[in-house]
Amino acid sequence: MTTWVFTEETNGKATPSALELLAKAREFGEVSVFYVGAGNDAAFAELGEHGAAAVHSMDPGNALPAAAAAAAFADLLEGAQLVLFANGNTDRDVAGRLSARMGRAVVSNALDVINEGTGLAVVTEILGGTEQVITTINADPPALVVSRPKAFAAEPVGGSPPTVTAVAVPDVGHAGSATIVERHEEPSEGPDLEAAALIVTGGRGMGDADRFQILNQLAGALGGAVGATRAVVDAGWVPYSLQIGQTGKTVKPSVYLACGVSGAMQHAVGMKDSGTIIAINKDPEAPIFSISDLGIVGDVHKVVPALIEALQARG
Amino acid sequence: MKIAVCVKQIPDPAAPYELDPENHWVVRPEDQVLDDTDRYGVEVGLQLAAATEGSVTLYSMSPAGSLQGIRQALAMGADRAVIVSDPQLRGSDALVTAHVLSRAIARDENDLVITGTESTDGYAGVVPQQIAELLEVPALTFARHVDASNGGVQIQRQTPDGYEIVTSSLPAVISVTAGAVEPRYPTFKGIMQAKQKPIDQLTANDLGYGPNDVGGIGSGQHVKSVTVIPAREAGEIVEDDGEGYQRIVALLEQAKVI
Repeated sequence: MTTWVFTEETNGKATPSALELLAKAREFGEVSVFYVGAGNDAAFAELGEHGAAAVHSMDPGNALPAAAAAAAFADLLEGAQLVLFANGNTDRDVAGRLSARMGRAVVSNALDVINEGTGLAVVTEILGGTEQVITTINADPPALVVSRPKAFAAEPVGGSPPTVTAVAVPDVGHAGSATIVERHEEPSEGPDLEAAALIVTGGRGMGDADRFQILNQLAGALGGAVGATRAVVDAGWVPYSLQIGQTGKTVKPSVYLACGVSGAMQHAVGMKDSGTIIAINKDPEAPIFSISDLGIVGDVHKVVPALIEALQARG
Repeated sequence: MKIAVCVKQIPDPAAPYELDPENHWVVRPEDQVLDDTDRYGVEVGLQLAAATEGSVTLYSMSPAGSLQGIRQALAMGADRAVIVSDPQLRGSDALVTAHVLSRAIARDENDLVITGTESTDGYAGVVPQQIAELLEVPALTFARHVDASNGGVQIQRQTPDGYEIVTSSLPAVISVTAGAVEPRYPTFKGIMQAKQKPIDQLTANDLGYGPNDVGGIGSGQHVKSVTVIPAREAGEIVEDDGEGYQRIVALLEQAKVI
C-alpha cells in the first residue's frame, strides 16, 4: 500500500503545503510524490528529507497541467490507499479531475485523516469551525483527500534522496489543450501573511480603500502583516493575496488584530486558531467578539490612530 | 456562444444552518437564496453572451422549493434555467453532483460552462473540475478575468504569487473567482421578466440515473458523525471610552509582541 502526495512546482520546488502533507502521509507507510513541474535535484532531495521514497515528475511545459496530470497520475495509482492534495488551485484541479476520471470520492477541507481499521475517515469542520465532522470513505481505494492549509506540521526526517521517475505527458486530446501564454508575478509588500507572527486584518468597517491604508501603518508599527476579509477584497481595496478565510488564506499568528471585521463564519474558519485574538468593532453584537480574547466596542477610526500613536510613543 | 452557468440555491447564510440529526444533511428550507458567489459567474456569462450574440442557461441541482434563488439569477438576465430537483438526490456528494450537472449540460450542447470556484455552504471546491473531466474539456479555473477571444476564451488565472493568462478553444469550463466582475443588480423589469422565463425541472431518472447511482447511496463518502466543538471562550468585551487602545497595548505586551 502506497500513500501519494501531489504537488505543483512553485518557486522551483514543492509547495510548503506538500511538505506538511508528507508528515501526515508517512503515518500510513511508504510515500510517493507526484510532482508537476520542471523539477530539479534540490527540490527532489527536499522531498526525500521529508520522507518521500519516490518521486514521479511530469513537466507539462506551457500546457495548463491538470487534465494530463490527472491522466498520468491515475495510471500510477494501482494499489494506492490514499492520495493527499493541498488546497492550492492546481491541487484542486487535479483532485477533481482524478476523482471524476477514476470514479472515486474526494473529500475536501480535511484537517486530519484517520485509519479506522475498516477504512479511512476524514476529519473536517463545518459552520465556521463550530462542528466537527467525521466522513468515512467507502468507495474503492484510493481515497482522495484535499487538506486545509496548516492541517499538519512539516517535519524533515532526514530521508535520503528519492528515486525519481520522469513521467511522459499523456495525450488527452481537447481536455488538455488549454495553454498558459503568459505568467505574471505580483509581489506583495510586507511580511508573508502565512508566516507572520502578528496580523492586522481589516474588514468592511474600515469604510473605504483610503481609510483601510492606516492598517499598513499599524502593522508597520507592530512588525506584522496586513490581511483582509473577502468583502474588502471583492470591493477591490486590496489584492486577493491578502484575503483570509474560507476562500483565502488560513493563518495562525500569535496575535490577530481584527479591525472593523464582523467575523462571519467564512472569515472565522481562516483565523480562529490564532493565539490571541483582539477585535475592534462598533457593533457589540459582531460575531468576532465571541471568539476574541479582547473586544473593544468602538470606532476603528478613533481606536486605531490612538493605538498607533501609543505604539510610536514607545519608540 | 451558447453558455451554461452553474448556480446553486442555498439556505440564507445569514440564518443559522440546521442539520438533520438522522443523516447530518443540511436542512433546506422552501425559500433558498442564490449563492452570492454565483452572481459573478452569471455576470461573466451575460457579458460573454452579449459580446457573442449568445445565450445563457442556468443549471442547478437542488430542491426546487420556491425557486427564489433561481429567479434571482434569471432576473439578472439569464434566458432560461434547468433545475434537477429530485428527493433521490439528497445526500449526493461532489462527484454525484458533477455527474448530474454535466449530463444536464451535455443535453443542450453548450459551448462554454461557467461556475464559481466553490459554493458557500458545501465548499468542496472540486465540482467545476469534475464536470470538465466528465465532459472531456479543459477547465480554465480560478479566473479573475474572462474574455472571448478568437472564437475561444482567454482568462487570467489566479496563482499563488500572481496570475497567468490561459487560452483555450471551445468547448470549455471556466470557474470564476468572486470579484472577477461587478455583478449587476436586477432591475425591476428584470425581476418581472424572470417570473415568465422558462424553468425546466428534471429528475435523476430523466438524466438516466437510477436510485443507486445518486444521492447518499450513490456517493462514495458518508458523514459518520457531527459533534459540537467546544467554543473558544470569549474574553473581555469593553466599551471604548477613548482609552480602549491602552487595553490593546497591555495585551500586546502580555503576548510579548511589543
